[in-house]
Amino acid sequence: MHGSGIPIWFFIGVLLLIYGAMIFGYGVFEWSTGSYPPLVQLTSLHTPVWWGGVLGLLGLFYVLKFRPGQAGK
Amino acid sequence: MHQLLLAAHPPGSLGPLPALLAFNAEPLAHLRLLDIGVIAIYFVMVIWIGFYLKGRSNTSEEFFMAGREMTAWIAGLSFVSANLGSLELMGWAGSAYQYGILATHWYWIGAIPAMLFLGLVMMPFYYVCKTHSVPGYLDLRYGGHARSVAAFSFAIEMILMSGVNMFAMAVVMKVVLGWDITFSILVSSVAVAAYVGLGGLRSAIFNEVLQFVLIWGGALLVPILGLIQAGGVNGLKTRIIANMQSMSGVHSDSYFHLWRDTGSFASNPMGVHWTGIVFGLGFVISFGYWTTDFLVVQRVLAAHNLRAARMAPIIGSFFKMAVPFIVILPGLLGLVLLQNNDGSRRQLVGEDVVKACAAGEQTGLVDQSGCSSAMAKTTLPAAYQARVLSGAPDTELHSYNEALPLMMIRYLGPGLLGLGITALIAGFMSGMAGNVSAFSTVWTYDIYKPLINKRGSDSHYVLVGRLSILIGVAVSIGAAYLVMHMHGIMDYVQALFSIFVAPLLSVILFGMFWKRATALAGFLGLLLGIVFSASLFMWVKLEPSALASIALSPDAKPMAENVFRALWAFIFSAVVVVVISMLTKPKPVAELDGLVYGATVLPTEEPVPFFRNEYMWAILVVIIFAALNIIFW
Repeated sequence: MHGSGIPIWFFIGVLLLIYGAMIFGYGVFEWSTGSYPPLVQLTSLHTPVWWGGVLGLLGLFYVLKFRPGQAGK
Repeated sequence: MHQLLLAAHPPGSLGPLPALLAFNAEPLAHLRLLDIGVIAIYFVMVIWIGFYLKGRSNTSEEFFMAGREMTAWIAGLSFVSANLGSLELMGWAGSAYQYGILATHWYWIGAIPAMLFLGLVMMPFYYVCKTHSVPGYLDLRYGGHARSVAAFSFAIEMILMSGVNMFAMAVVMKVVLGWDITFSILVSSVAVAAYVGLGGLRSAIFNEVLQFVLIWGGALLVPILGLIQAGGVNGLKTRIIANMQSMSGVHSDSYFHLWRDTGSFASNPMGVHWTGIVFGLGFVISFGYWTTDFLVVQRVLAAHNLRAARMAPIIGSFFKMAVPFIVILPGLLGLVLLQNNDGSRRQLVGEDVVKACAAGEQTGLVDQSGCSSAMAKTTLPAAYQARVLSGAPDTELHSYNEALPLMMIRYLGPGLLGLGITALIAGFMSGMAGNVSAFSTVWTYDIYKPLINKRGSDSHYVLVGRLSILIGVAVSIGAAYLVMHMHGIMDYVQALFSIFVAPLLSVILFGMFWKRATALAGFLGLLLGIVFSASLFMWVKLEPSALASIALSPDAKPMAENVFRALWAFIFSAVVVVVISMLTKPKPVAELDGLVYGATVLPTEEPVPFFRNEYMWAILVVIIFAALNIIFW
């Protein structure tokens, strides 16, 4: 967005970072304990680990790039 | 375009959702604490954005037009997101399950040409005349009468549609998660009222971009994991063809062709003809929605300059072309991957079948005659039908519209399922925020200001805008409960958009590209066009066999009615505009500056490198669009 203030991309980054951390953390727990939800398919792919990681890294990138005072520089 | 899709129960609609209320089955999924946390954080974030932006929404220009300072990317994503409601996601996934990739027409030819036309051809006029709304453009071009007809019809449509969507979403949450209807309605509507009421259009746009990212983040895993399990695209294709053969005995790959089988109504599963798809959907309905529906046009008007306003729909068109990956593909995958608890393939059925079988279940006795005759029309295996009729456990029926949630439940564990549900909620809220923010602007600028109080201060109109959002949400809630208790009115409310769109498109196109079009012609073209379109709708409603007359074929199905009704209404309005214009005196050309092609000197834009040029990107869109249609011919 033009003008001053926090860009929307920063908000998106924060949300993705939080979600990524939560889902990645759960995925690691699930993998390490081997307690997978019974009806969910393809648990052997450890989806929460890599998808949580992708979301978290994307969120981190946006948070750093668009953090208040940094955007547009 | 969900308003349109819901009309008259075409494919892609959620149809008679109230039927599901009677279905007293266990919810499809139970959320864990992690999922609840994901959903709760989303609500905290949207409210935070609303509070943060409150201080930047003090003037009417800021509140209603987001200060006209959105970049092309933000306006473009918001433009697509306002349309990407959860009902649309689920409805079209269900349509893909039923009809294959024919459903993709509503994303490609039913959107892309119109989006490019808006950006390259129409946007300059909307932008240069500095109108606040589409009815505002009609006011400048044709005068107050045409504006009032458009404004009242749009305002009513927005509020009622918002209520219908609110109710439909609450029903989905009840079926999928077991949430109380009132809880879902109140929580989501209060959140939308808060963030749009506080931050105005800027807040709505911010949240729409956020919601767009969430929709992709939550829904993208389903086709990825589904394709892995199905053995890739070839595996999916092979399994669908095998399924079709086992069910109907016919070896057909119709599910994978967009155009090949549209030479006659009878040769494709949707019962449409290519002429209806090209002229009715690709031209009238699509152009009507994407270029004249203020719900989406408002997002582009908020761009910070003309080039950004032109680029926004073009950027949006790239994402629109990609949406079938998270909507159509899950529907197709559901056809071969969804399973019953015993491991057999789960077949989804129409809402009417669910309703017929639920009616008996509610009283403790399966309605043998209604349920069995409804199931007899499906391809459900006889043994499964017998189990349903005997009331055996684990034999609940699910409708086509549940394809996407069922696929989510199949692949998404704790946390990810919360994200998927958040994507659905986000989609619903972006659609509702679009409805109420557009309603607020039209109510304030096109109804309140010209007809009730012309001399208010700027801050007064901002206050009216904020109050109209609250009132709009309250009326929407009332409409939601009205629909809940009077199921019959749902069809009529859902048809409103399809009734208004064709005449509005006709009047705006003539206004924008024909200097001779007069004020009286614009007013009567719009008014009589709406009456004509509504008459066609009622004709089919009262006499279903009239469908064959409207769609010009006895093999036509409800979707064909929509596209052909729009086509006839457009032509009727066009004839009215032309005839009345020829009989009345036009405005002097000097008064048409900024409003009509040929009478307007468009501002010269600064040259930019080719990679920032809107025409270059539009050409790329056309190439991809053509390639996709050829690949999936």
